[in-house]
Amino acid sequence: MQDHNKRFVERDRNWHPPAYAPGYKTSVPRSPQQALASMQQATASELTGPDFRHLRMGPHDNDLLLNFREDPALAGAAGLPVGERIIMFGRVIDQFGKPVPHTLVEMWQANAGGRYRHKNDRYLAPLDPGFGGVGRTLTDEQGWYRFRTIKPGPYPWPNDPNSWRPSHIHVSVMGPSISTRLITQMYFEGDPLIPLCPIVHTIKDPAAVETMIGRLDMAHSRPMDCLAYRFDLVVRGELQTFFENQ
Amino acid sequence: MKQPNSVPTSELMLRETASQTAGPYVHIGLALAAAGNPTRDEEIWNEMAKPGAEGELIEVVGTVIDGNGDLVRDAFLEAWQADANGVYQPEFDLKKPFNSFGRTATTFDHGSEWSLKTVKPGPVAHPNGQLMAPHINLAIFARGINIQLQTRLYFEDEAEANAACPVLSRIESPTRRQTLIAKREEADGKVRYRLDIRLQGEGETVFFDF
Repeated sequence: MQDHNKRFVERDRNWHPPAYAPGYKTSVPRSPQQALASMQQATASELTGPDFRHLRMGPHDNDLLLNFREDPALAGAAGLPVGERIIMFGRVIDQFGKPVPHTLVEMWQANAGGRYRHKNDRYLAPLDPGFGGVGRTLTDEQGWYRFRTIKPGPYPWPNDPNSWRPSHIHVSVMGPSISTRLITQMYFEGDPLIPLCPIVHTIKDPAAVETMIGRLDMAHSRPMDCLAYRFDLVVRGELQTFFENQ
Repeated sequence: MKQPNSVPTSELMLRETASQTAGPYVHIGLALAAAGNPTRDEEIWNEMAKPGAEGELIEVVGTVIDGNGDLVRDAFLEAWQADANGVYQPEFDLKKPFNSFGRTATTFDHGSEWSLKTVKPGPVAHPNGQLMAPHINLAIFARGINIQLQTRLYFEDEAEANAACPVLSRIESPTRRQTLIAKREEADGKVRYRLDIRLQGEGETVFFDF
């Protein structure tokens, strides 16, 4: 079944970071120089996308406090990761405010010391034996998702002589079609490293940077347990064409 | 909420969350084995078709090359294609012999190739009624790529369909259309198609905005 009447709000490529953003040095050799080829009319190949409701997930796939614990039978604090315990949660909605249900949200991050569990990360901060740093979940009927994790640490990286990434969590969302596919990063409200970051600076409009800030949400924190950060994701809005093109 | 009719219509709509690079460690989140990490029971990976899937089983491989001519060894790719009958199968289920969605990554060794095991897709109708030549939609994510690059892979041995494809023929430069055509190879009785994706400069791959 191909719904030719469906389309999505055009992606504003001045809002998103450009391919070539020389302050982020790796973008220099990895950015196309030719113009993108515009498709005036998206086809079934762009308007459809995967539905992951049949992907079998583990019981702790969205709980990074538990999903890398060496021995699941451990009790109390034994084997838990080091760091500030947080809930990261929010809603996936489209540009018209419509919830996006049952969509795949994935995330990955460094540990509290700023080290990723990746064979290529050789930062001197140690790995945490209780922390893997990856999560996934589906949004519910109203578009809500939630993860439990620790707040990642900032870390240095080779760009300018002394560049540091602000604390951030990588977030990946599919949305209703491959046209809505989006990978971003959630930063933490008030982090003084945000305005210093060359990757944040790839974005020109300060209002676009604001869309990537997770906000401290005391109402959803748990007393004597963990803080909460709210991070809503907005994907391209879906349109219906009501009139035949004739 | 804004008061309708008192503001430009653009203010009645939310802005999309801004994109950021997937970074050098995308694998720990989306391609766990490539990061050297244990995998979960079910992962979304590159075996889109298993024996028993309808259609011709093929392998699709390639590299990703930057503007200096160097291999991009930390790229992550997503594929979306129709089945052998030209039908998209949105329901992702690893129990099925074929899934329309797959993921792959260039590697840090062995020539740094990405690969997909799939079936050759059938032609899909364009909204204008013409048939699009068989193709696979590919999205490329990596460190240094600020928003994913979107392209299509077409097949060398579909010359007639390619010439008639309303998307391929809309690309203004005939020379650049060739950057989307995967070359056919046969090895050990298996059919393999190869497409090297060039991010920048000479032979730069056509990337789409849709």
